[in-house]
Amino acid sequence: MTRPPGGFAPREPPTLAGTSPKTLAERILSRQSGRDVRAGDLVIVPVSRVMVHDSVADAVMAGMRDLGRDRVWDPSKVGVFIDHAAPAPTPVVADSHRAVREWVRTQGIATFYDAGEGVCHQIMVEEGYCEPGTVIVGTDSHSNTYGAVGAFGAGMGGTDIAVAVALGRTWLRVPESLKVTFAGRLREGITWKDAIMRVVREIGTDGARYACVEFHGAGALPQGDRITLAGMTTEMGAKAGLVVGTPEAPDWLFPDAGASYAREVTIDLQTLEPQIAVPPRVDQVVDVSAAVGQPVDIVFLGSCTNGRLVDMRQAASVLRGRRIDPRVRLEVVPASRRQLELAMADGTLAALSAAGAVIGSSGCGPCLGRTGGVLAGEEICLSTANRNYRGRMGSPDASIYLASPYVAAVAALTGVIDDPRAYLEASDAELDALVERRRAERPDRGAASSRSGDRSAELALAAAPLRFAYQAEVDD
Amino acid sequence: MSRAWVFGDDLDTDQMVPGRYAPFMVGQDRFHTYAFCDARPGFAKEVRPGDILVGGENLGCGSSREYAVLALKRLGVGGIVAKSFARIFFRNCINLGIPVLESADAVDLVKDGDEVSLDATAGVLGAPGGDIRLRPLPPFAKEILDAGGVIAFLREHGDFPRVGL
Repeated sequence: MTRPPGGFAPREPPTLAGTSPKTLAERILSRQSGRDVRAGDLVIVPVSRVMVHDSVADAVMAGMRDLGRDRVWDPSKVGVFIDHAAPAPTPVVADSHRAVREWVRTQGIATFYDAGEGVCHQIMVEEGYCEPGTVIVGTDSHSNTYGAVGAFGAGMGGTDIAVAVALGRTWLRVPESLKVTFAGRLREGITWKDAIMRVVREIGTDGARYACVEFHGAGALPQGDRITLAGMTTEMGAKAGLVVGTPEAPDWLFPDAGASYAREVTIDLQTLEPQIAVPPRVDQVVDVSAAVGQPVDIVFLGSCTNGRLVDMRQAASVLRGRRIDPRVRLEVVPASRRQLELAMADGTLAALSAAGAVIGSSGCGPCLGRTGGVLAGEEICLSTANRNYRGRMGSPDASIYLASPYVAAVAALTGVIDDPRAYLEASDAELDALVERRRAERPDRGAASSRSGDRSAELALAAAPLRFAYQAEVDD
Repeated sequence: MSRAWVFGDDLDTDQMVPGRYAPFMVGQDRFHTYAFCDARPGFAKEVRPGDILVGGENLGCGSSREYAVLALKRLGVGGIVAKSFARIFFRNCINLGIPVLESADAVDLVKDGDEVSLDATAGVLGAPGGDIRLRPLPPFAKEILDAGGVIAFLREHGDFPRVGL
């Protein structure tokens, strides 16, 4: 059977006669466990690959030792990445990186990406390490990202990963699935980051707990946009996020028509507005109109969520040769060396640098507050990454707003949050006038930034997260 | 008796141990001393072995960092009772041998600082207002927990539990 043209369409007859219609998660875990399983069943499945990064590699190594295992089960199937605090910011980290390199060498692991190569998830997907329809586990909660190409990617802790690299297997409870359908087309100036933030707004930070989020209507998107979608399912508590109907997927990899979903959500792209997540919750989301004028001190463009060429291009298209507001810093961290080189080759990086951006080496950057531009107390950050928890990017007294690369560029240009569409549509003269007006309106934050001006408390009330009482079986 | 430490909903692992105090940032011997340093200053000094954390929905959400759980284990936390747990955190606790049990009521019935006693086997949290029944653990998780964690289980049995499959 061949896949219908134009992306996803439900498959008619289930592959196995006499079995009930399956979600994509049920199909993958049935195939991998060799049993006909459905949501709620417990399975032990082989993993096609295991991802380990620098942040918790020590726990994986310790777990192996405690298990009494000297060797990983298959060194060709383990990928190791130094990205979470890279290049090393302190001697302690440098020592732990050294221990990781030594481990990689003694285990004979060929898939090793050292500091500066990029974020593990970006490399795992773009370099083809994620085989669609298989199970991949990683030491990072955003391992859900591998669902961008139809792999069942799940994040786990160091001990679970130690067990997986020792045995080549893991255990999972087959998750229920939530079906998210995107309808219509995005308007100019709106991105898939806005779309997924709208989904998080709807479902909440625990609305997909223990579940798989299955995306329909996104299979034909560029791979990078699918990474943005799948990776952020973590922020809804999901075990996995799977994009249906991707070009990478084999023919068998489709949910059945009539599969059973715990919840179905449709997002109307046609009416979608730029979205802003208000600190300190990812699901505390407002349309940009509510947050217009919110001053920012620092802008971070990067991460596995939004650190690709397309994201950097979007930012450059807003800046259009202008310098950023002198009261604001802009940090750009490409998600991988490949993305860095693409952005160098087409002039995007030069444009961002000319605008005043600091260009960081590829990796996680300041997303998790360990290296490269951590936040001072009471600073206000606009980030394109995926988390805005208290203390996430440095000081616990800093505030982090999340948004798209377009909104990030506007914030860097003007010092405030604003709707990016006006900037994209403006003539050169209109753009200059608009920027001048917004800069003049920006509340003075002074040299030592003060809390005054952060409207997160007021905006939090406006956001009123739509909490969804999803009843899941406890346990993974 | 042990003390109850009560938290609200969506207590994320960045609150338990901020990323900047990860073991690979500050060393294996120190990271646990930063447990809840922002969210509940003084916790790491005051917590006593056997103390119980009580929380609301989605406890342990966010980063997969197992060292958040390891910090609690180092400090001797005897168990965690919450309305619900984030999935990676739940696995990490089972794997490291910390009882994690669900209760819809405990977070409302127990006050911070209350004297409590947890009987994980019976599934009961003894509190000043009376015993609170906790939801039993799935058998697969219980076998791992009873062995003291997944490493101990695998060392003894060589493979995952066979119950519930």
